[in-house]
Amino acid sequence: MTDQELIAKSVQYRKNILKYIVGAKAGHTGGSLSCIDILNVLYNEVLNVSPENFTSPDRDRYIQSKGHCVEALFVTLADAGFFPESDLETLCKYQSHYIGHPTKKVHGVEQNTGALGHGLPIAVGTALAAKMDDKNFKVYTLLGDGELPEGSNWEAALTAAHYKLDNLCAIIDNNKLQITGTNAEVCNTDPLDGKFESFGWAVREVDGHDVKALKEVFAAMPFEPGKPNLVIAHTIKGKGVSFMENSVKWHHGVPNAEQYEVALGELSPPSPLKGE
Amino acid sequence: MGATIEITNPNSQPNQDVFSATLLELAQADKDIVAVTSDSRGSGKLVTFGQTLPKQIVEIGIAEQNLVGVAAGLASAGKKAFAVSPACFLTARALEQIKNDACYSDNPVRLIGISAGVSYGALGTTHHSLHDYAVLRAINNITIVAPADNFETREAVKLAVKHNKPLYLRFGKKPMPLLTEDSSIGFEFGKGRVIKQGIDVAIIANGETVYPALLAAQKLESESGIRATVVSMHTIKPLDSELILALAEKTQAIITVEEHMVNGGLGEACASLLLQNGYNKPFKIMGIPDEYTVTGSQVEIFNHYGLNADGIAAAVNGMFCPL
Repeated sequence: MTDQELIAKSVQYRKNILKYIVGAKAGHTGGSLSCIDILNVLYNEVLNVSPENFTSPDRDRYIQSKGHCVEALFVTLADAGFFPESDLETLCKYQSHYIGHPTKKVHGVEQNTGALGHGLPIAVGTALAAKMDDKNFKVYTLLGDGELPEGSNWEAALTAAHYKLDNLCAIIDNNKLQITGTNAEVCNTDPLDGKFESFGWAVREVDGHDVKALKEVFAAMPFEPGKPNLVIAHTIKGKGVSFMENSVKWHHGVPNAEQYEVALGELSPPSPLKGE
Repeated sequence: MGATIEITNPNSQPNQDVFSATLLELAQADKDIVAVTSDSRGSGKLVTFGQTLPKQIVEIGIAEQNLVGVAAGLASAGKKAFAVSPACFLTARALEQIKNDACYSDNPVRLIGISAGVSYGALGTTHHSLHDYAVLRAINNITIVAPADNFETREAVKLAVKHNKPLYLRFGKKPMPLLTEDSSIGFEFGKGRVIKQGIDVAIIANGETVYPALLAAQKLESESGIRATVVSMHTIKPLDSELILALAEKTQAIITVEEHMVNGGLGEACASLLLQNGYNKPFKIMGIPDEYTVTGSQVEIFNHYGLNADGIAAAVNGMFCPL
């Protein structure tokens, strides 16, 4: 897929995220908009995952540790053909499988997540199983920067390095905001690169909205043989909608009708991503 | 304080030794069986396992949350992961991982709680697991099993390999006598084993309290003429409601015995079942009361709380009047 095609997909994904959040009157808007370019590149360029091979033991795995941004995952999976996009009209509604966090009831979801600090340990175990069985699949997990204070992440970071899991890639959606405020105010996790490097990981930093840079960084795995891979993706919470960008208010804010129209207008071509 | 528990079968071993030996035997024929430990291969008796099958043991270090999360990941990729850790830490520290990563995501992790109950005795409350039945009973999609003797343990481990669902097995440190040599009494999850038949009272116990329950039944019969049925209710969840309700019909009173706090364990599970089915006969729960336990060995703690032959017999005598 060309970079322009990927950019166009990101625009459409952002519109879809807003559409279904507005329909559900609930959702994690800011974080879904910050991580959507990462999911776009993963599902359209990187992962060996499709509706057809989803039961194959050799498929790549994607585990979304930041489960609250499920809307980003759902719109991506729908576009990849795992289920009809119209299913998302039931998002968060009575008896829908499309609940506010990833659930395996939805085709394409690998693990039930939502409670924070769970994705990395599971990803470590899955990557370890691949090593034990000499399989070539890779395991990717998307972490929110705000979930990093959970100790289980650091336990898993130790294990990943101990077992030299260079088939594992953790991506931090580093939008620098969490529900209460900035990470720096709530619990400063910087410097992330130095922390993970000291744990034995190979670290790369990238603009998390630059699809070309994201493609290149994933193609470069393993960054160093024998080391787990960390991509620190610098992102903007609420990316693509001017009044949502870098605003804590939009962590799980739902646009009203007027805000929704303004947002759609901003997301219409020419894409705000172009030329960045 | 009452009699100590005598070991009558010289060949008996601690259940957790039988667990590890059985697991090694099965793992030698099945490369997908993996032991995952939290710096617990010594206390889990898995040193030989690790030496014999170094590619089938994963050491996590002292990090129980990660232990269960990694085990869930291994299980999701087809490994028969046995996550082995002291029961107290496994079921408290990693409870959210048990709930979400194993049970909710339906990753068939076999959770092995070693040195369970008050096995660590004098090490105190931090090391006692008197809450594990209670917290795990509240979680969906998990089978909870506490084998009583070496036979039940061996069978439980064999079944665990085939179970393919989240499972908690609980073992203690002390050698356990063989409860019965009656080979017709089989073992399957969710089905209590009637170790001794009697028509007056039912003593429903599990794990390391079944043997004192059996001794109590023998004492009751010889001293008071009270004939007790003794059940090893090794599976707390799902509970063998059919057997319990049949015992409710057949006997005049029911008493439960467990190495767990009286809150939320086997006894309350039985009470709930019985009450909701209209049971109105004498009923008593024996376990550790709602307090931090006294200092002592497992046997001394059992004796302190009357979880021995004399104490159980006295409790039955106190609640039960032969017709």
